[in-house]
Amino acid sequence: MKAVETIVIGCSTGGPGALARLLGALDHRLPASVVVCSHATSSPHTMCHLLAQHSTLPVIEACEREPLRGGMVQVAPPDYHLLIERGRRFALSVDEPVGFSRPSIDVLFGSAAEACGEGLIAVILTGANADGAAGLACVRRAGGAAIVQQPDDAAAPAMPRAALELAGADHCVALDEMASLINRLCMT
Amino acid sequence: MNPVALNLSGIDPELDDIELNLFVSAMRQRHGYDFAQYAPASLKRRVYQLVEQHRTSNISTLTGRLLHDPTFLPQVLEGLSVPVSDMFRDPPVFRALREQVLPALSVYPRITIWQAGCARGQEIYSLAILLEEAGLYDRCQIYATDFNDAALRQAREGIYPAREAQAWSRNYQAAGGTCSLADYYSARYDFIKLDQRLRRNVVFADHNLVTDAVFCEAQLVLCRNVLIYFSNPLQNRVLAMFRDSLLPGGFLCLGLRENLALAPAARDFEALDSSLRLFRRCPEPVHDEGG
Repeated sequence: MKAVETIVIGCSTGGPGALARLLGALDHRLPASVVVCSHATSSPHTMCHLLAQHSTLPVIEACEREPLRGGMVQVAPPDYHLLIERGRRFALSVDEPVGFSRPSIDVLFGSAAEACGEGLIAVILTGANADGAAGLACVRRAGGAAIVQQPDDAAAPAMPRAALELAGADHCVALDEMASLINRLCMT
Repeated sequence: MNPVALNLSGIDPELDDIELNLFVSAMRQRHGYDFAQYAPASLKRRVYQLVEQHRTSNISTLTGRLLHDPTFLPQVLEGLSVPVSDMFRDPPVFRALREQVLPALSVYPRITIWQAGCARGQEIYSLAILLEEAGLYDRCQIYATDFNDAALRQAREGIYPAREAQAWSRNYQAAGGTCSLADYYSARYDFIKLDQRLRRNVVFADHNLVTDAVFCEAQLVLCRNVLIYFSNPLQNRVLAMFRDSLLPGGFLCLGLRENLALAPAARDFEALDSSLRLFRRCPEPVHDEGG
């Protein structure tokens, strides 16, 4: 199996709290790039600042044309779609919102599936809509691994439930078990 | 709501690439539109959206129609352009234009402004309102260009869904608006129509940043969230075209998240407010006339 280079994470309602817990428990030596797409309405600085307070890895906003960085968390800026180009660089778009969302998790995951193939883990956390489900299916089709938060464990179960229904998952776990799972998948 | 364009991708990436390349070739060779230097991820996504929208089974079917059905091109161009914007999108940018840029422009007896990629015109009307309120409008010649003729037609009409008006009014106020946005439009049924006097000095014209050249000498160029769709070489080339269109000291306004770090032509600009992506063209290099 190809080493995990990239982890993409999508969440919506309840996302900031779940992200803080997940990022706070990742191994600080994690070599992979972590890319976050959250439908949070707070300002980007607030979001990065909040996550930085909890994350074991440095947190910055994803910048267009720049490469994904290993051992860092890069967050989608508000009101743009974030995409990953082949060669693992970021691109932005202001195309129409997808299902009322921009950034859209589907857009990030769809592009990540193409750019990263098997070296990708995609994670769906809490959320109150179905964004990310179609993207997660792309990730699995391209050989990447899907991790979905157990719906019962999520503050808002609709997003993980939709992901499980449409795409299924390689791992369906509670939030508290997720970081150790990711650490294990990335560090071995 | 169908999560468009995702169901098809990723099944056979190699085949996808071949089909996309043939589509791009057809656009260039048959119709003269060159998308080869667009950033691939977004271009591919839009082409897949066209596949979905026209219920064809793959990109090649789309390409075939593009070659044989002369009425199809406008629909494809519509799908491949960026028609989404708001009035006074990113209010701090329009506030900076109002407070910092327009006072600097007011020293010129004639002011030329170019908005590249005006799409449906929301930002041109926003700018026109700023110019009216600053008392500069009648000295201005404004060029609003796009490669999408359908968008240009809509821009001329200035008709938008009424449901946008509330958010746009808030943007207008946040950008330092001194009146009410409603003073500038009339509402009817589910639509608002911008006061057509706002476009008396605006020329809407077809211009393609990829293939067309400099056509004016401007004091201000706006091009927000267009270069993000271009590869690095094309971004640099268009940036150089903006430089060559601007008078020394002229202003360039880009989108809030645009990154010029990889574009050599960015050296010909200095930041007026880097967080708002407001730049000025550097003065011409001063040659040493001595010795």
